[in-house]
Amino acid sequence: MSTTSDVLGRLHARPAAARWRNPGLWLGMLALLLVGLWPVVSGQAATREVIFTMLLAIALASSLNILMGYTGYVSFGHVVFFGLGGYVSMFLLSLGQPLWVAVPAGGVASGVLAFLLGKAILRLRGTYFALATIGINEAMRTFINNFGPFGGSTGISLNFSVYGNYGGAANALWLAYYAVLALALLAILVSYIVKTSKFGLGLMAIREDEDAAEVMGVFTPNAKTWAYVISAIIPGMVGALFFFKNGNIEPADAFRLQFSIETLVMIMLGGQGTVLGPILGALGYQQLRSFLLTNAFFKDYQLVIAGVLLLLIVLFIPAGAVGWLRKRFPRLRNVLP
Amino acid sequence: MEPLLRIDNVGRRFGGLQALSGVTFEVFEGEILGLIGPNGAGKTTLFNVIDSVYEPNEGQVTFRGQPTKGKKPYHLARMGLARTHQIVRPLSELTVRDNVIVGACFGRENRSLGDAGEIADEVLHFVGLSERADQLAGSLNVAQKKRLEMARALAARPLLLLLDEVLAGLNPSEIVAMVETVRNIRAQGVTIIMIEHVMHAIMNLSDRIVVLEYGQVIATGTPQEIIANQRVIEAYLGDPKLAEQLMEAA
Repeated sequence: MSTTSDVLGRLHARPAAARWRNPGLWLGMLALLLVGLWPVVSGQAATREVIFTMLLAIALASSLNILMGYTGYVSFGHVVFFGLGGYVSMFLLSLGQPLWVAVPAGGVASGVLAFLLGKAILRLRGTYFALATIGINEAMRTFINNFGPFGGSTGISLNFSVYGNYGGAANALWLAYYAVLALALLAILVSYIVKTSKFGLGLMAIREDEDAAEVMGVFTPNAKTWAYVISAIIPGMVGALFFFKNGNIEPADAFRLQFSIETLVMIMLGGQGTVLGPILGALGYQQLRSFLLTNAFFKDYQLVIAGVLLLLIVLFIPAGAVGWLRKRFPRLRNVLP
Repeated sequence: MEPLLRIDNVGRRFGGLQALSGVTFEVFEGEILGLIGPNGAGKTTLFNVIDSVYEPNEGQVTFRGQPTKGKKPYHLARMGLARTHQIVRPLSELTVRDNVIVGACFGRENRSLGDAGEIADEVLHFVGLSERADQLAGSLNVAQKKRLEMARALAARPLLLLLDEVLAGLNPSEIVAMVETVRNIRAQGVTIIMIEHVMHAIMNLSDRIVVLEYGQVIATGTPQEIIANQRVIEAYLGDPKLAEQLMEAA
């Protein structure tokens, strides 16, 4: 079996020059940076909140895409990492630990959970794996509901004085915003690095035909586990920031299955297995969601429409928007990662 | 001389079906061994046992002096075993070139992506798929997919190559080209075991032939010995005249 360093060592770049000259990556990141900096320029809190939600969705969708889009394993319960990261960091914050310790700790906790789960459930394939992920999310929610140190069913609320360490609540909101912007950019970068690495090629071989990949020499159990771990760390950190900003965490909010399913819709909409797809899907879905939630007629049908949208994508454009473009115009494959 | 591969009294069951029973033979470095037999004789099952896709219920497979028991297909790939599949298994949504790069990256030499790209270009040229390099593998026709499988296996720089019916479904001119490719592979020093039903091709290519029937070895020998074997004629070749024709062709 290959060692951890062996596996991580496979994250070697394709020839550096070609890899880092991809215009699609840089344009995507630049566009996201500009969108992310818009609230800073405008100074509007309402715009900041809208874009915060989008950045959060991009970070989650790009991370899940590593498992779902590159490896072909659909996780319906990925929100478990968002929730666990949130709980671990809130617990540490409530003990007086600083944010810069609590957020990475949330990511590490999610990564460790993914590693342990990966060893156990990544032996399952297809529907069985997807069902197992739902079960894990529900099991975690029930466990936390009864876990005293994490506040049981009432969860953890931060004392308002905690925000004093970050220049007050208003500044803390901006701090969380900048951090989520950085994590969204990091998620895209990680997604791109994985996709263009030897490790990523192994994952895509697994997605296409796991048995054939094994015969070709891909160490499938290790590759899948590491893909799961990588896809869990950023959601853990994003969860930490989200609940820090909220000031409160409860099991029902932290482990909302609906959130996972919406992330899947975003990936499918933009194009699974592509770097830019989850960005486009997250932006598109969040725009649609904002419209639906604020529309007098549609406000109660948001999830119904998300379900119909998923159905339509699966039926008519299973490759998603970016995937469709890549197939329709093969030359775009080099510029749309 | 130490064999590259030793199959020692191997048996494999699927429930009540005994797919392989007491199979024993050796493969030496540099040779082409033909594996023939009627449909359902256990040929592909034997490949799956050699490749550790299935564990044998009895007996032992030894590759490069090491028992394969407990090893996974990816361990054997790193040890220098590569194969093609009877029913082609392209990585459909990856380009032809990326398919071959997978072979080079994760095969015996465990190359970096940059090196693997160079090997892929070289191997694609060798099997005549250079012009299709940027196409998606799923868009190739059957003959091209078979060449792709072979390219992927070759890119792994294997010591032993298992070819499972690479000539099936090809037209006569494609068969001639593929036979030439197999000869060229052997010329590079790769040991080959090939399952084939195209008799004149396997008789021409093989140094030795093993015949399976109902999971058991019924004959082993040179092509001339196999063609003349009465039991093989009865069990597989069927027509003594065909055997004579093959003998002339061989």
